[in-house]
Amino acid sequence: MIELNHVTKIYPGASQPAVDSVSLTVPDGEICVFIGPSGCGKTTLMRLINRLIPLTSGSIAVDGHDVMGLDPIELRRQIGYAIQQVGLFPHMTVRDNIATVPKLLGWARAKIDERVDELLTLVKLDPKTFRDRYPRQLSGGQAQRIGVVRAMAADPPTMLMDEPFGAIDPINREVLQDEFLKIQEKLRKTVIFVTHDINEAIKMGQRIALLKEGRLIQTGLPDELLNRPVDEFVKSFVGADRVLKRLNLLKVKDAMMANPVHCLSDDSSEKVLEQMVKHDLAFLIVADRDQKLLGYVNQYDLRGHKGVVENLVRRLTLTVSPERNLKEALSQMLSYDLGILVAVDDENRIQGVLNSTTLCALVGSTYDERGGHWGRITAAGRIL
Amino acid sequence: MLAVILAFVLGVEAQRRGYLNFASENPGDIYRLLIQHLQLVFYSASIAIALGLAIGIVLTRGFMRRYRETILNLLGICQTVPSLAVIAIAMTYLGIGRRTAIFALVVYSLLPIIRSTVAGIFQVDPALVDAGQGMGMTPRQVLFKVEIPNAMYIILTGIRTAVVINVGTAAMSFLVGGGGLGDLIFSGLAMVDAGLMLAGAVPTACLAILLNWSFERLEKRIISPGIPRGE
Repeated sequence: MIELNHVTKIYPGASQPAVDSVSLTVPDGEICVFIGPSGCGKTTLMRLINRLIPLTSGSIAVDGHDVMGLDPIELRRQIGYAIQQVGLFPHMTVRDNIATVPKLLGWARAKIDERVDELLTLVKLDPKTFRDRYPRQLSGGQAQRIGVVRAMAADPPTMLMDEPFGAIDPINREVLQDEFLKIQEKLRKTVIFVTHDINEAIKMGQRIALLKEGRLIQTGLPDELLNRPVDEFVKSFVGADRVLKRLNLLKVKDAMMANPVHCLSDDSSEKVLEQMVKHDLAFLIVADRDQKLLGYVNQYDLRGHKGVVENLVRRLTLTVSPERNLKEALSQMLSYDLGILVAVDDENRIQGVLNSTTLCALVGSTYDERGGHWGRITAAGRIL
Repeated sequence: MLAVILAFVLGVEAQRRGYLNFASENPGDIYRLLIQHLQLVFYSASIAIALGLAIGIVLTRGFMRRYRETILNLLGICQTVPSLAVIAIAMTYLGIGRRTAIFALVVYSLLPIIRSTVAGIFQVDPALVDAGQGMGMTPRQVLFKVEIPNAMYIILTGIRTAVVINVGTAAMSFLVGGGGLGDLIFSGLAMVDAGLMLAGAVPTACLAILLNWSFERLEKRIISPGIPRGE
C-alpha cells in the first residue's frame, strides 16, 4: 500500500511547486496510473516515492513505513523500478541485468539463476537463447520486456513504472500491456504507472490520478473520470470521445436487454404476427424450446402465411458473448449494418439483445425534441 | 607481407650505408638504454594512470560541479605547454636525474588521461545511472558497476594514446640526465651519425608500436562484448 499525504516538492528557485500537496492512497495489489499533460509532475511524484528526489513537505508511506525513516538504498531495493528508456546495462548480459537487485540483496547464485529463467519464461523469451545475450542484440520489444522483468526480479511488492512501454511501436505496446496485465493478475503487485496516454491509462489502471501543474485534479476509477469528469480540464483531457472510450470498459451484459421478446419455432404465424404488432417490432427473434437461437422472422414474410414460423426463419449468424466489451459489439453492429445484436452463451442460448436504444441507455444521453432537454434514454425508449 | 618486404629492403639499404655498424658493435649499450627507457615509461605511466584515473573520477562527482569547469580549462591550457618546456621547468626545480625525468613525464601524460576519464564517464547514458540508482545501488556501486564499465572504452583509448606518446617523450629525458634511448638519438643528431641515431630511434618506435598493440589486446579483453566498439 502506498499513502501520499500532502506531498509537496518545490525546486529551489522555482516560483511554482512541481508537486503541490498531493494526497492519495493506492491499496495493495492495485495499479494506479499517474497521468497528465507534460510538466504536471507525474514523474516527479513517482520519483519522490523512492526518494530519488528529496521531498519538500508532506509524507509518503510504503506499506505503513514512512519513507523518510528508511535508508533510501534499502527502500529502493524493495521497490521495483522501470523507466521509459529501459536503461539495460549494455556491458552486462541479460542474465546479469535481471540479476542486479537480487545480487545487491545477496541472493545465492543458484536462486538467482532459477529466478532469471523463471522471469524470462514469464515474458515468453526462451531462457537458453536470451540468458547470455547482450542488450544490443535485443529488439525494442524484447528489451522493454526485460526492463520490466528486471524491475520484478527481487519480487518486490511495490513497483514504480515510468512509461515503461512508451518507447515502442503501438502493436508491440498493446502486446506488452496485455502481458503485463496477465502477469499482474497473478502477482497482484502494488503498481504506480506513469503515462501520458489516456487510452493506456484507461486500459491499465484500476485507479487513475489526473494531475495538472502539480496538483491532483481528479482520482478514481477509469469509468468515473469518463462518466463524471470533475471539470472542463478533465473532460477535455479524457478526450471528446469519452463516451466511446467507456464502451471499452463496459461489457455487453451491462447494456443488453435480458429476456428479450421472442417467439418459438413452433408458434403459428398469426400468433407471431400478433406479437410483433403488439410490441411494434419489425422482426422478432426465434428460439427453440431450449432457448437456443434459431434466427429471426420479419413481418413481410409472415403476411398471408399459414402454419408455423419454422420455415420462415432467417438465419442470424452474427452473435456476441455477453462477456465481450461494448466497443467490439458496436463495431460488429456497424460493420455488418445490424440493427440488433443477440447475445448468446456458449451453447447458443439467448442471453439478451443489444440495439442502439439499449446502448444509449447505458452509455450516452440523447436530446428530447419535445421536452427540450438532454436526458437518459431508457431501454424502453422513453427519455428521462 | 608488404611490411616484411619493406623491412628487408630498408635493412639491406641500411647495411649498405653503414647504418647498422654501431648497432652491431654495441648491442650491450643499446640493451641497457632500452631497459632504462622502459623503466622511465613504466614508472611514469603507472603513476600517471593511477593519478589520472583517480583525479578524473573525482572530477565527475557531483560535489565538484562548481569547480569542474575551471579545473578542466586550466588543464587544457597546461596541455599546450610543449613537453620540452615541461622538462626544462622541472629541471629548474628538481635538478637533473631520473626522478626529474619521471616527474616531467608524469605531468605530461597526466592531463590526457584525466580528460579521457572525465569524457568517458560523462558520455555514459544518464538513463543507466538513473536505473542503477533507482534499483538501489549505492553511489560507489553505481560508479564501479555502471559508470566505469561503460566508460572503459574511452578511458582505455586515452590511456593507450598517452602511454604511446610517453614512449616518444621519454626520449627527451636524456636532456636532464635521465638516460634512455634518447641518449643515442640526441648524440646521433649532434654527431650527425645516422647509425647512432637510428640505433636509438628504431627501438623507440618499435617500443611504441608494441605498447600500442598490447593495449589494444588489453582493451579487447577488458571491455565487455556488449559495448559497441568504435563509438
